[in-house]
Amino acid sequence: MTALYDLTAHQAHDLLQRGEINSEELTQDCLRRIREVEPQVKAFVTVTEELALEQARTLDREHSFSNGSPLAGIPVQIKDVMCTEGIPTTCSSRMLENFIPPYNATVTERLYANNAVLVGKGNMDEFAMGSSTENSAFYTTRNPWDTERVPGGSSGGSAAAVASGEAIYALGSDTGGSIRQPAALCGIVALKPTYGLVSRYGLIAFASSLDQIGPMTKDVTDAALVLNAIAGHDARDSTSIDIQVPDYTKSLAGDVKGLKIGVPKEYFGKGTQPGVQEALDAAMSVLEGLGAHLEEISLPTTKYALACYYIIAPSECSANLARYDGVKFGHSYLDTDSMWEAMELTRQEGFGPEVKRRIMLGTYALSSGYYDAYYLKAQKVRTLIRRELEEAFQQFDALVTPTSPTVAFRLGERTQDPVQMYLSDICTIPANIAGTPAITVPCGFSEGLPVGLQIMGPMLSEPTLLRLGYAYEQATEWHKHRPQL
Amino acid sequence: MSLTREEVQHIATLCRIALSPEEVDHLSGQLSHILEQFQVLEEVDTQDVTPTSHSVDLNSVMRDDEVTACLDVEHVLANAPRREGDYFKVNVVLEEQHDRPV
Repeated sequence: MTALYDLTAHQAHDLLQRGEINSEELTQDCLRRIREVEPQVKAFVTVTEELALEQARTLDREHSFSNGSPLAGIPVQIKDVMCTEGIPTTCSSRMLENFIPPYNATVTERLYANNAVLVGKGNMDEFAMGSSTENSAFYTTRNPWDTERVPGGSSGGSAAAVASGEAIYALGSDTGGSIRQPAALCGIVALKPTYGLVSRYGLIAFASSLDQIGPMTKDVTDAALVLNAIAGHDARDSTSIDIQVPDYTKSLAGDVKGLKIGVPKEYFGKGTQPGVQEALDAAMSVLEGLGAHLEEISLPTTKYALACYYIIAPSECSANLARYDGVKFGHSYLDTDSMWEAMELTRQEGFGPEVKRRIMLGTYALSSGYYDAYYLKAQKVRTLIRRELEEAFQQFDALVTPTSPTVAFRLGERTQDPVQMYLSDICTIPANIAGTPAITVPCGFSEGLPVGLQIMGPMLSEPTLLRLGYAYEQATEWHKHRPQL
Repeated sequence: MSLTREEVQHIATLCRIALSPEEVDHLSGQLSHILEQFQVLEEVDTQDVTPTSHSVDLNSVMRDDEVTACLDVEHVLANAPRREGDYFKVNVVLEEQHDRPV
């Protein structure tokens, strides 16, 4: 029998429902797994063992798993960028090392309302800025498939925790690919929802027009279950979309015959590793075999997406991170009477190199004399990228691309050159720029490391993405592979 | 595009981050290298293109003017580095000025 920690949420729910296991046993198994592999993987900033056991025992005593949420009693890890009342929320930054939120993020509230069991908070690149988790101020998370390699980022701790069985599923956040890229590199499923579908209230802001929370899971069914729990309007987030949210599990059926899928050639550029290309070719054949119609297309503005993103995201970050002034919360330099000196030293000590780099870059792009050339120009290019995708989606139900042009890279391989690191997000950034949803599903291995297939769709096309992802998953076995640790 | 040490220092002042001389050196090289990558945007014709600040078209979102519960003072101040009574304690913000116009 599969170890309990290796189960998906829906498998665990079946066992709970049938009374074959209880939540405490499942939770204990994940906690055991954490003790066993965490010294190697380092996927957590905080493990909430006592809370998890208390939640599980209470549920076992008072809750009937035969009705209620399918996520009840199931251990989750939340990336350390989402507020959890009474539990440290650090953003893997010295700045927030001792910050204990006085309130819950909406997504935390919703998971609690679904009787989820919280096993801890996920390590990440500081303030979600990075693609390898090497920017964590605490330690680097390792890829469970090869601990000499990065798990991707910024939600690397969440991806590694799910892949290694330290949590059954996780919540990550995605500003330029931060849930999809690590999911691909760790061989799991992740969905970045349409901008506004999931409330950002209590998500510590990086780039507000791009940030979005999404599920990181072992299969597509779990992604649908978690999306059901977290999607929906929230009056506390003014960018939250006010729509009737469908039951996403209804998308896990039906065939994909006749769906029109575009293959944008710009996403298969010269940076794509041959092993990734091979896995993608095979995945596309599977989709064709299932009756989908694939056709190569060209999206020429794709080549501008990276530059556009690395102007807009740092600009927004420079404004959002202005709040860390050492006065209201967070790190504070106290050894001076000068207001400005206190602020400048607080920020020098509290922020790591990449965060400083991005704040500086954004400040420059927004500064007098450069605003038009950088920020305004990038916003106009954003319009063109978005328009091009909208036009593509008039012809196609979805687009398929690699999630990452490469498999997991070695620790330290890209830390010296920020631009090399930024290239990791080249396939994932356009969906954030356009605000559109995208899912990544495991589609094979290259050099023994997982490869991800990204499926992008138009606004609110989550049902189509889940349907395609599910159909692909049913036809393949990749999602069943687990790393040996 | 390359940034001088003075420009880097100016940006650092704008965003209120103290930098060591080594950080200034390091950043002027790195930021210049990153800015070079942005030059690719110059080849895009953006005349008559409206800028996008947000992917979802939003109007001002209003709610009814109703009193609802909010965090109590203890919660708000729980993470304060320094407090005095029910206040955040800060360094002097306004220096005494004698030539203030009346």
